[in-house]
Amino acid sequence: MDELSSLMQGFAIALSLKNVLYMFVGVTLGVLIGVLPGLGGANGVAILLPLTFVLAQQPGGTTTAIILLSCIYWGALFGGAITSILFNIPGEPWSVATTFDGYPMAQKGEAAKALTAAFTSSFVGALVAVIIITFLSPVIARFALKFGPPEYFSVYLLTFCAFVGMSKGQAMKTVAAMMIGFALAAVGLDPVNSQLRLTFGHMELLQGFDFLIAVIGLFGIGEILLTLEEGLAFKGTRAKIDMRVVIDTWKELPRYWLTSIRSAAVGCFMGIVPGGATPASFMSYGLAKRLSPDGEKFGTGQIEGVIAPETAAHAAGTSALLPMLTLGVPGSPTAAVLLGGLLIWGLQPGPMLFVEQKDFVWGLIASMYLGNIAGLIVVLTCVPLFAAVLRIPFAIIAPVILVICAIGAFTVHNSMFDVWLMLGFGVMGYIFKKLDYPIAPLVLALVLGDRAETSFRQAMLGSQGDLTVFFSNWLVGGVTGLALVLLVWPVIAGWRQNLSAVR
Amino acid sequence: MRRCKSLLALFCLGLASMGMAAHAQTWEPTRTVEFIVPAGTGGGADQMARLVDAIIKKHGLMKQSMVVVNKGGGAGAEGFLEIKNAKNDPHKIIITLSNLFTTPHATGIPFNWKEMTPVAMMALDQFVLWVNAETPYKSAKEYVDAVKVAGFHKFKMGGTGSKQEDQIITVGLERQTGIKFTYIPYKGGGEVATQLVGKHINSTVNNPIEAVSQWRAGQLRPLCVFDDERMPYKVKVTGDMSWNDIPTCKQVGVDLDYLMLRGIFMPPGVTDAQRSYYIEVIKKVRETPEWKDFMEKGAFNQTFMVGDPFRAWLAKEDQRHFDLMKESGFLLKK
Repeated sequence: MDELSSLMQGFAIALSLKNVLYMFVGVTLGVLIGVLPGLGGANGVAILLPLTFVLAQQPGGTTTAIILLSCIYWGALFGGAITSILFNIPGEPWSVATTFDGYPMAQKGEAAKALTAAFTSSFVGALVAVIIITFLSPVIARFALKFGPPEYFSVYLLTFCAFVGMSKGQAMKTVAAMMIGFALAAVGLDPVNSQLRLTFGHMELLQGFDFLIAVIGLFGIGEILLTLEEGLAFKGTRAKIDMRVVIDTWKELPRYWLTSIRSAAVGCFMGIVPGGATPASFMSYGLAKRLSPDGEKFGTGQIEGVIAPETAAHAAGTSALLPMLTLGVPGSPTAAVLLGGLLIWGLQPGPMLFVEQKDFVWGLIASMYLGNIAGLIVVLTCVPLFAAVLRIPFAIIAPVILVICAIGAFTVHNSMFDVWLMLGFGVMGYIFKKLDYPIAPLVLALVLGDRAETSFRQAMLGSQGDLTVFFSNWLVGGVTGLALVLLVWPVIAGWRQNLSAVR
Repeated sequence: MRRCKSLLALFCLGLASMGMAAHAQTWEPTRTVEFIVPAGTGGGADQMARLVDAIIKKHGLMKQSMVVVNKGGGAGAEGFLEIKNAKNDPHKIIITLSNLFTTPHATGIPFNWKEMTPVAMMALDQFVLWVNAETPYKSAKEYVDAVKVAGFHKFKMGGTGSKQEDQIITVGLERQTGIKFTYIPYKGGGEVATQLVGKHINSTVNNPIEAVSQWRAGQLRPLCVFDDERMPYKVKVTGDMSWNDIPTCKQVGVDLDYLMLRGIFMPPGVTDAQRSYYIEVIKKVRETPEWKDFMEKGAFNQTFMVGDPFRAWLAKEDQRHFDLMKESGFLLKK
């Protein structure tokens, strides 16, 4: 139980008055950053990074500095769910799946319930991941080294297949939306041979379509357009804004323990891989929809549909810090900025960090426990406040949302072009909804498309074009096989039903 | 030859007097300065920019504040185009990596170092040939021989980006030794180092800072450095080796030196006084203990250049990149 004593020592370091104070400051800042779309966690951490430099100069200061920064990270993770549920605007890629059931819940007047479920599940997911980090970090670090290009591709394939396989009735529409997403993801620079693709000579298209701009437009603006058409009634006005909702929701949550455990497992796996929080949230939502007895009702405001993606996203977001610490490879953009922070403070992330900077590492791990508790306290006390926003009349809130969306889109690259692009995506989102095409597969393909393409082409370069590389060992073969099974699952299930009908 | 030298002396004198003249009318930023990184977060250029920002803030080297902004779209073209188009704006500076030279050649995106104002060379980044420590190759020669025996495209070289510095060095190595790798491009140096530890590739040409941690953990082994001279740092990094103990690739028969520019540029049309201001700030940054510590940790070549020598160096390097890329077939086919 070497880890336990190290952890206790870590708690002793993290629990000083100063550190706890910085913890709450960090979480509150993080929540604010998470709420504003465009100003994602990575930007927030990057802006505050130089300030922590002064902090890190004091004795024991590096621990305080990383506590402050990682708490901003936790806060931003929590905050991302708020706009997804209230306004159907996911502030971070991994909050997209939260909108599927979170927003319908808010429309039914259950915003506070959805928020409570989201925050609590986030906390549970993060907690499971931290426990795993505490006890299994050396084993996991070795496991992550097994991931080369074919393995990465198989994981992305699994995410896409799980998504197509789970869509019911309109599989072709899902595929069509996904293909549009892939096409959009291909715009910009070819990652393997450095040629410009599909830019048609427009320098604005160099960096391709940013996920955030697409999402703000497709979800946020599209939703406003739709609401305008349906009349100026905002349906969330019946939102209960009482602290008692929190307690009531908590009483309901243990019923979904199986979903929680499954989602946490998916999240940890994807975080360590490091496939990231976004595939984790989508995959977990897909699995929950398929395996839950209420699966048919997903998308209409099921609390389970909020629990699944939130638990997985946070489990992944938290466990993504592990590859960063032990291998020096960031699992997310925010982790990348944190990594830069370590270097500036004179710490070298990588295999030696656990050996040479024990105090720092265990202080950080302890702060993961405490930071999440602090985060939960901050956001839960604010639930009534957030839910009350929905009581504001639509005529007032709609322009405000529009302005926030525009600012968010502008902030991504400081360019006006992106604001027009966002409006374009808004119209597209409106048309998609009118024609009953799902938006989520498009977003998923846009986020993961270029990563999947890069891994696939790296794998093909390495194997000299031999496709059997995707079955070359138990790991990649297993994941690829699972992906293919999930893809054709509806067909198999159909056969089985037919068979039993015949009998 | 002597005449040349005296001419040069005269020239320097002229420069110095010009410098003094410029000093007479000093300039200072009047609003927040934007420090552009033409690459994503977490990479070598990004780390250095954020370090410079932090040092300036800590030591109060600038009265106005500074923000670091990542504009890495189109292999850095996004950032360079912004500088190129911000004519006369003294509140924007950019840090460069080799994509200053390679991106326009490889993609045809219209920008060139001459269309910006060179400020200073802060340092040069080294490249080292690395293999997994569990493989038997103890020297660059042993490794090259093994690649030769295995045949074309059997060994995999991993590197950052495509048609950029890592691949240029790989092609240079191939041409000098008659071997052929399968080159696999990755997004960043940290990822490349991890892929080598996991044995998904056979070797890399990582910068020292990208692989030092894995070296110290005994997972990677440096074979040689792509420079004319050994790196000067003699403090032991692992149990028995310092950066200085790594032989040059020339010593083992590969005559290839390649260093990556870490320099600062400004938009076109800025005045000498504005340029001098940033040169002075950079000089002060280079004097701080944090900077020196970072240089040593990453085994950087600490050459510092401004003005005409810097311009001459840039012109030479630009031509060299063009030649190397032409030989490798990396130029955009029109």
